[in-house]
Amino acid sequence: MVDIQLPQSVRVAGGERRYSPGSLALGAHAILTLAFLYAPIVVLVLFSFTRDSFGVRWTGFTFDWYIRLLADQRLLTAAMNTLIVAFVSTVVSTIIGTMTALAMERYRFRWRTGLDALLYLPIVIPEIVMALALLAFFAFSFGLLETLFGIRLQFGLATVTISHIAFTISFVVVVVRASLKGFDMRLEEAAQDLGANEWQTFRYITLPLIMPGVIGGALLAFTLSLDDFVITFFTTGSGVSLLPVEVYGQVKRAITPKINAISTLMLLVSITLVFLSQFVQRREV
Amino acid sequence: MATDTLASDSQPREGQIAALLRRNERLQLGLLLFPGLFWLVTFFALPLVVVVLYSFATNGPGGRIEWTFTLNNYRTLFTESLYVNAYWRSIWAGVWTTLACLILGYPLAYYIIRRPPRWRTILLFLILIPFWTNFLVRTYAWMLILSNNGIINSAIQALGLSRIALYPSEGAVLVGLIYGSLPFMVLPIYASLARFDFTLMEAAADLGANQVQAFLRVMLPLTMPGVAAGSVLVFIPTVGQFVVSDLLGGAKVDYLGNLLQRLFTRSNPPNWPLGSAMAIVFMIVLTVAIIIYFRVTTEEDR
Repeated sequence: MVDIQLPQSVRVAGGERRYSPGSLALGAHAILTLAFLYAPIVVLVLFSFTRDSFGVRWTGFTFDWYIRLLADQRLLTAAMNTLIVAFVSTVVSTIIGTMTALAMERYRFRWRTGLDALLYLPIVIPEIVMALALLAFFAFSFGLLETLFGIRLQFGLATVTISHIAFTISFVVVVVRASLKGFDMRLEEAAQDLGANEWQTFRYITLPLIMPGVIGGALLAFTLSLDDFVITFFTTGSGVSLLPVEVYGQVKRAITPKINAISTLMLLVSITLVFLSQFVQRREV
Repeated sequence: MATDTLASDSQPREGQIAALLRRNERLQLGLLLFPGLFWLVTFFALPLVVVVLYSFATNGPGGRIEWTFTLNNYRTLFTESLYVNAYWRSIWAGVWTTLACLILGYPLAYYIIRRPPRWRTILLFLILIPFWTNFLVRTYAWMLILSNNGIINSAIQALGLSRIALYPSEGAVLVGLIYGSLPFMVLPIYASLARFDFTLMEAAADLGANQVQAFLRVMLPLTMPGVAAGSVLVFIPTVGQFVVSDLLGGAKVDYLGNLLQRLFTRSNPPNWPLGSAMAIVFMIVLTVAIIIYFRVTTEEDR
């Protein structure tokens, strides 16, 4: 995190203004806005423990809904699928993303700016456009494969995983490139002067130094994959189900305390991942 | 792990490959670049090309695609009010959401940056948690709050008034959109403010500017990159979303995303060519809007 050292005079000026109407209003605004951000989260967690079978009122404490989750085979399978997809796509996109980042930072080549655009596009493009493009692409190429070679392919975990890799690579590249920016190239030269070959230099010098960036990128990719709904929704097909799609289907039917419980668990996973990523970043500085 | 014998066996061959790699920089670059380039071209660029192709195809009976060239899909988009209205509604929702996030987010980012470092870290962390949290779950939480028997309506009843149908409604959609996007506005503005030299505000005051003038003439222009980045991060996903309007709007009014979702997955029969044309026009509109926005916001610097 960047720490700005403010000059003394500003601090004093700030101190004098601390209780002015303007700064009081600013403080009140901050508190209210944070309350706006957290009220729904608090309500959600609270109502995952309510006895109310509609899950929207507080009628006493129970842990029942969490126990019922364990008996819901559909949700468990969906959760398992989500973890598998997130794990595989994170490993692949972290490796590919790190390689791409190294190529982009270390070499100068003719199509570099064009490739830059291609790398940033998946981040800025509306998710739904990428999702329906992948759906159209898979359907199109499956049709082509069947008519040309008689090979029948179907939507499933593979199509979701491929799509998740496609949209997380760019995020990994951005994070790893940021950690390569402050890299002291002389360390590599020193290693090679001391007789290390290319692979040894990478393995013992470069990789350890950019590791915080690589782990940060992997955590981001993992979170994005776990939480993704839109691309997953368009690329799963009818056979398999992933957690966000399953939750969406259930929410569309009715609000239930069981959904509150699974949502709370998803929230818990996200919060754990933020802690981890902050921890990694802290060590980087 | 490779055993010793294996390692010594492969040693000369590895040496040859390494030597070849060291000599040939282009080969190094090609090997590093190939996987990423392959994946993005195959599973990102090509799919977009397929969408362009589909947008000129004809939708046959039962949603079967017939490869006869037509411009009818585009004509439908610009003539049928269902589609024209969906574009306008989504763009307006995007504009209002961006404005609301800006008004809520800028003062919050400013407040955070002026705290002592310890507090700054904690507050920033509080913004990061919703930023990393599942969008679907956060939207769902609003269904709980706004539901007919939910806490707001219970509070209204406790006051002796009658319940109001808070959701599904367009207001609920807007609240959900602002709620979902707010962290995406706060973080870039915070990053801009972190680079801002606050002594400039004092300089402005010494030169006779009041606080409003100093803000408008010094701080805002210098933090414009953050505002612009935040606006884009809020605007694009908002215009294309369909989850919030589906869950909190009750699918009563059609936003762009809802129509796209229906044309591709739900409607009987589906109409992929029309959906593809809709996506292409959407991308073009978005690109133009963002170019105009950047022209306007960066003009003040000159």
